[in-house]
Amino acid sequence: MADSIDVLATLKLVYTIYALAVISIIAYFGYRITQKGEVKPTKKIIFWLYVATLIFIGTGMHFLTYNVVPWVPMDLNRDHINAEKTFDITYRAHTIIPNETPMKVPCGKYVVFDAHSDDLTYGFGIFRQNNTMVAQMQVVPGSRNDLMWIFHKNGTYNVRSTEYSGPKGSQMILQDAIVVTGCKEDDVYAMKGGE
Amino acid sequence: MSFINRLIEGHEGGLKTETMTPMQKIAMRFVVIGLLYYGLAALEGMIMRVYEVKPLPFIDESHFFSIMTVHPMVGIFGSSYMIVFGAFLFLTPYLMNKPIYSLKLANLSWITIAGGTLIMWTAGFLFSYAPLYTLYWPLPADMSQFRAIGGIVYIVGVVGIMIGTFAYTYNIFKTIVYTPKGWEKQPSMALMKSALGITGLTNFFKRKQEAHLVPLPIAAISRGTIDVGLNAVVISTAGVLILIYLVGNGLFGMDLKDTWVDALLYKNIFWWGLDLVADGLVLVFVAGTWYLLAMLISGKDLFMQNIARAALFLEMVVSWTVWSHHLMSDQGQSNFLKVFSGEMVTAFELITQGIAVYITLVTLYRAKPLKMTNELKFLLGGILGFMLAVPAGIIQADLGMNRILHNTQWIIGNHVHVAILVGLTMTLYSAIYVLFPILTNGVKLYSQKLANIHFWLHLIGGIGMGAFMGMAGIDGMLRRTIYYNGEYNTYMILAGICGLMIFVAFLLFLYNIVMSIGIKGLIGVYQPAKINTNECLCEETKKEEA
Repeated sequence: MADSIDVLATLKLVYTIYALAVISIIAYFGYRITQKGEVKPTKKIIFWLYVATLIFIGTGMHFLTYNVVPWVPMDLNRDHINAEKTFDITYRAHTIIPNETPMKVPCGKYVVFDAHSDDLTYGFGIFRQNNTMVAQMQVVPGSRNDLMWIFHKNGTYNVRSTEYSGPKGSQMILQDAIVVTGCKEDDVYAMKGGE
Repeated sequence: MSFINRLIEGHEGGLKTETMTPMQKIAMRFVVIGLLYYGLAALEGMIMRVYEVKPLPFIDESHFFSIMTVHPMVGIFGSSYMIVFGAFLFLTPYLMNKPIYSLKLANLSWITIAGGTLIMWTAGFLFSYAPLYTLYWPLPADMSQFRAIGGIVYIVGVVGIMIGTFAYTYNIFKTIVYTPKGWEKQPSMALMKSALGITGLTNFFKRKQEAHLVPLPIAAISRGTIDVGLNAVVISTAGVLILIYLVGNGLFGMDLKDTWVDALLYKNIFWWGLDLVADGLVLVFVAGTWYLLAMLISGKDLFMQNIARAALFLEMVVSWTVWSHHLMSDQGQSNFLKVFSGEMVTAFELITQGIAVYITLVTLYRAKPLKMTNELKFLLGGILGFMLAVPAGIIQADLGMNRILHNTQWIIGNHVHVAILVGLTMTLYSAIYVLFPILTNGVKLYSQKLANIHFWLHLIGGIGMGAFMGMAGIDGMLRRTIYYNGEYNTYMILAGICGLMIFVAFLLFLYNIVMSIGIKGLIGVYQPAKINTNECLCEETKKEEA
């Protein structure tokens, strides 16, 4: 099952290749237009093929992630999924207050992190011990803020606010707030002291 | 010639301001102040880059975030708006071949935007007011973190900027449609329809096609200016709301409840307005500027003009329906809006901007061989910037990717800074290099070598900074967050070096421009013009008739 580390590593690779390709294309184009030579007539079919490619990439990416990234169908179909456990988390005066410390998550079961803000707009982000992000959502006052998630690896995760809520909110971190147990595999970036 | 003499008088005699028309002077006033504000934004950016490596002892956290609050405002309104408005207030009458509707309104625009930006900046500098440009409700009215006076000064500054923006919008449209005194009656309605793209749209359904009354760049200016005006309405409304709370609760001790305003609805409306800038006028103005630059550089008509007009219209409509990609991590936002507006409509930006890239490049290609002038190389840099930044934006506007990228450095690095610093700013530099001889009546550039160094430092610095910030984001580094334990120092040091390259590039550019024009010329720009624009146009007409 793919997690954020896999998806982001793929993004880094694909985007780097893309960036190097377009830099090379523009550099080559810049060189070519300064050179003498025949100007070939531009066929309209090339333009329309190019537009079709843009449409294919622009919309196709979303179909790809729907089928490859596990949390997309879960997000869109969550009304039909029953959670094994729900954690209530309150945000008040730049403090994150969970109803359980740490939040113990069973492996491979759907859980919901249900956050409420009593004052400002905050964020709820789950992070590994090496600071990489597992997932996040916004926490808007007066609004529903519930993130459904499923963990497939053991680990201890930190929670921090991912949205700016003024200078007082810059260090809203709950260390070791989520502990996942019962999996066959460990999340190597989320293990505390070789646990 | 001694250094001091050249600094004062300029290169080869510098700028002779007595021969400048009022419109040349007004455009120069906008551009000079826009460049100075760009320098301020770049300096603020460098302070933040250093702070992300090691917090500076003389700047506390609250002041750091106030710098972060004013940095984009100075960059967008004080710099980009000023340079773009100045160029378009000059180009609209120039391309329509008639005088500007009101010189007074044009002067009012630069004075109020420049003054408003300064006032808004002091709210951060003096009062550490730091709700960021996003102003998520109820943060801007949070009296436990900010003083009411700071917020009020901030809003007063924004009001000044918006007054100037409304004045610009009115002036542009009036200039397109009005009939100058003594002239034959202009077809106002037909001009307006052509400018907004309605003529082009109805042509699709007609056998006998109507001619476009306004040139393509005017169509781009008009459509982007619609978004400018709508955005100003949204920002002004938010400003009034925040002001009511600041004055009521902060000054008069009232008890206005934050909950009277729905935070999610507010966020939707605010982002709808902000995206008219970020995804609307920027892309429309940039595409229009590319087309104009491509035509000027190549000396040829634009390739596929009708498609270009249609794409500009489509981009304007897209900009009205695209805002929900900013709310994909808001669980309260409906899935329909997330998928339709957030994913699908946003994907259209890849198409419209892709079309602009294609048309511009083919127009240039058809004129080869071209000389690699400053305007051409900066134009190619600008195109490259958007080729990198737009796909980065499309990637994060995906339900799967947004869940793990939202509010990370990827957003602000790969997408925002590459779009603004490489895409937009290099396009603006290209426009400045094109307009420089036109606005200054042929002043020669002091040093081509400096212009070349400026280009390479800015290009490499801009792409490099975005790339290193983006890599930090992929590794989990949040934006708007200070990491005290140096968790991302490798990336941040590299991004800082690239940021320094951009800052040095700007200083070299500024030095080159000042040495070309001379201090005397710069001061002269702000003195009243001695030539009447109408008289110039009459002279031009007489020459043409002869």
